Amino acid sequence: MAAGVLSKRARIGAMAGLVRAGLAVPMLLALVGPLGPSRAFAQGAPAATAAPEAKQSPAPAPAKGVQTIPILIARELRDEPLPLSLLDLPPADLGIAGAKLAIKDNNTTGRFMNQKFTLDVVEESNPEKLIKDVVAKVDGGAHFILADMSPNTLLKLADALANKEALIINYAAPDDRLREEDCRPHVMHVAPSRAMLADALAQYLIWKKWRRWFLVLGPQEKDKLFADALRRAAKRFGAKIVEERTFKYEGGSRRADGGYEQVQQQIPTFTQSAPDYDVLIVADEGNLFGDYLPYRTWEPRPVAGTSGLVPASWHPAIELWGGTQFQNRFKRMADRTMRPLDYNAWMGVRMIGEAASRTRTNTYRDLVAFMKSPNFEIAAFKGVGLSLRNWNGQLRQPVLVTSPKLLVSVSPQPGFLHQFTVLDTLGVDKPETKCRAYTQ
Amino acid sequence: MRSMVGFAWMLGVFAAFMVPAPAAMAYNAFVTNEKDNTVSVIDTDKLEVIKTFKVGQRPRGIILSNDAKWLIICTSDENLIQVYDSKTYQLVKTLPSGPDPELLILHPSGNPLYVANEDDNLVTVVDINKGSLITDIPVGVEPEGMGMSPDGTVLVNTSETTNMAHFIDTKTHKTFDNVLVDSRPRVAMFNTAGTQLWVSSEVGGTVTVINPKDRKIIGKVQFEIPGITKEAIQPVGVRITKDGKLAFVALGPANRVAVVDTATLKVIKYLLVGQRVWQMAFTPDGKELLTTNGTSNDVSVIDVPKLKVIKSIRVGRYPWGVVVAPF
Repeated sequence: MAAGVLSKRARIGAMAGLVRAGLAVPMLLALVGPLGPSRAFAQGAPAATAAPEAKQSPAPAPAKGVQTIPILIARELRDEPLPLSLLDLPPADLGIAGAKLAIKDNNTTGRFMNQKFTLDVVEESNPEKLIKDVVAKVDGGAHFILADMSPNTLLKLADALANKEALIINYAAPDDRLREEDCRPHVMHVAPSRAMLADALAQYLIWKKWRRWFLVLGPQEKDKLFADALRRAAKRFGAKIVEERTFKYEGGSRRADGGYEQVQQQIPTFTQSAPDYDVLIVADEGNLFGDYLPYRTWEPRPVAGTSGLVPASWHPAIELWGGTQFQNRFKRMADRTMRPLDYNAWMGVRMIGEAASRTRTNTYRDLVAFMKSPNFEIAAFKGVGLSLRNWNGQLRQPVLVTSPKLLVSVSPQPGFLHQFTVLDTLGVDKPETKCRAYTQ
Repeated sequence: MRSMVGFAWMLGVFAAFMVPAPAAMAYNAFVTNEKDNTVSVIDTDKLEVIKTFKVGQRPRGIILSNDAKWLIICTSDENLIQVYDSKTYQLVKTLPSGPDPELLILHPSGNPLYVANEDDNLVTVVDINKGSLITDIPVGVEPEGMGMSPDGTVLVNTSETTNMAHFIDTKTHKTFDNVLVDSRPRVAMFNTAGTQLWVSSEVGGTVTVINPKDRKIIGKVQFEIPGITKEAIQPVGVRITKDGKLAFVALGPANRVAVVDTATLKVIKYLLVGQRVWQMAFTPDGKELLTTNGTSNDVSVIDVPKLKVIKSIRVGRYPWGVVVAPF
């Protein structure tokens, strides 16, 4: 199995008897303060930039031969502990099913364009072998790679492909560093970054006037990174983290007979004696303890973050903007509901399809140039057109704010303004970016 | 006493106004309320709802049969089309459709009916008299808008994820051309002369005007409204006056209807209506245009000669489609 960060940990279950109240020393975040919105949110900004040049669509000229566009999914199989809830167990085809649906959609359009899209999947737990396999496929003619891998593996793959005709579309890793200091010119990101997710949640909480946050984070590296994004969001939008605690747990099996009795005792204890707060925010990306928090806190307060009210790129119950048909198509094909990773992968493959039908070509260079151009826009059941940030290759998109069963809201929230597009109130904006490689 | 006098005076004024011919003809407009599963009937003279009746689940697209006897309604969550008597509001029959029917259009001869069948990437052709399925026509992903050339030879369907206007020969039921337009095309509308086809792109924020003869793009209508973000400008419904001079474009969450000069493809005026305006219908005399405003639960009435919004009428929840009968 992969020698990833997580494999060093035992499978962590946080079940009965193993949950131990962290009782970490309450660490008040230094000087968050009631800061106003950042300079990006200038009031009364001009409504829109000049209308973009009309996208030309000459009448279709039937091509002689069919243009084929092979797409590759590369997945690093990681030994990660399973989430608490039976409902959250990852299906084997997570992400892949979304890509398959997009291939079908692309081919329906392709019928009219004389274009054909194919999907190939490489799954591997050894990062070196995975990279070797992907490089071989690229040399064999696959130029578009949808990646689901750890940040380190993704960077190694990007460097291995640096001098080849290869575009990596990251549909899984939310790490901001991949879009910032470690950005690469041939890597695009359809998965929202942690900063985008945290900002989306923060905007909704500010809209709700729930400004005092009690932050509980898990001990894993990714939990710390999400907590960083939440602290940044609090500062940007004027929330205050009144208390911060780390929830510690020991490894164990995910399930055991019984279990709720001890949790029922431990969570109230863990959350007591906090200063007054409006909402408890949990950073537990693996869903290893966060779902224990709702309804068990010492004070009767809502829970948000990675449990309770959750920001996400997709939700299996969203039906807005024609989403119903999209959900139905997916369910018929995959025999399960669509998860954010499926949606992200769908979007990655659709972007390639969109570029191919607009440019009427399967030439790598033309497709990538079009995707990076200001004319590129994709409709993806979010009510507005999505496009790529030209400073780091991140797809700008509205982020859903969801409860377990329904959509609660969609961010950006009303009142958060931006000089160019309100979608750039989510995540790292152009003046703040540390990415230099992408624009070179 | 004073108020009584005032009232009498007002009655007098009212009576004085009543003597000359009424400003608008009385027609019945029918509005589907997507969330209430009802149809609101509006008297276009009184400009008020005179009746609300129950229909099937999630009513959206609504049209009238050529003789105006039938209201033909897509009841999307029942996966079929319901036919109601337009005078008694009784259910006459149901017609087959694919799952989740949304928009439909009749052949100018009155039969058959063409239905966009979003779930299956098909346009379904239905004989409305026999109540039977004639055929299915494969189109792009998520077919939606349906336009019919005035001579009935060409059906145009738009596909929301494929982003095309598919030109279909109504005799052979085959697509003979496909024109790429901007993202998420929602509505296709011919002018009465058949010289222009207007296709609205909801996410692209434009309307593409196509020459139906050679399927070349004549031009694109762009919209810009001070104080409204580019993302909120989402063109959906399109209606063109009988003389072909003006087009009205419903701009969704921009809460406005754009009035466009069809010769220059430039916007002349933006009319503020209710929230998330999608579909529209002219009264048969062409003097008024009714718009459905989904999130504010009302219908705006536009005076077409004056280009002014004269009234908003509260209807059911999430009004979606609208059609006006010649009675």
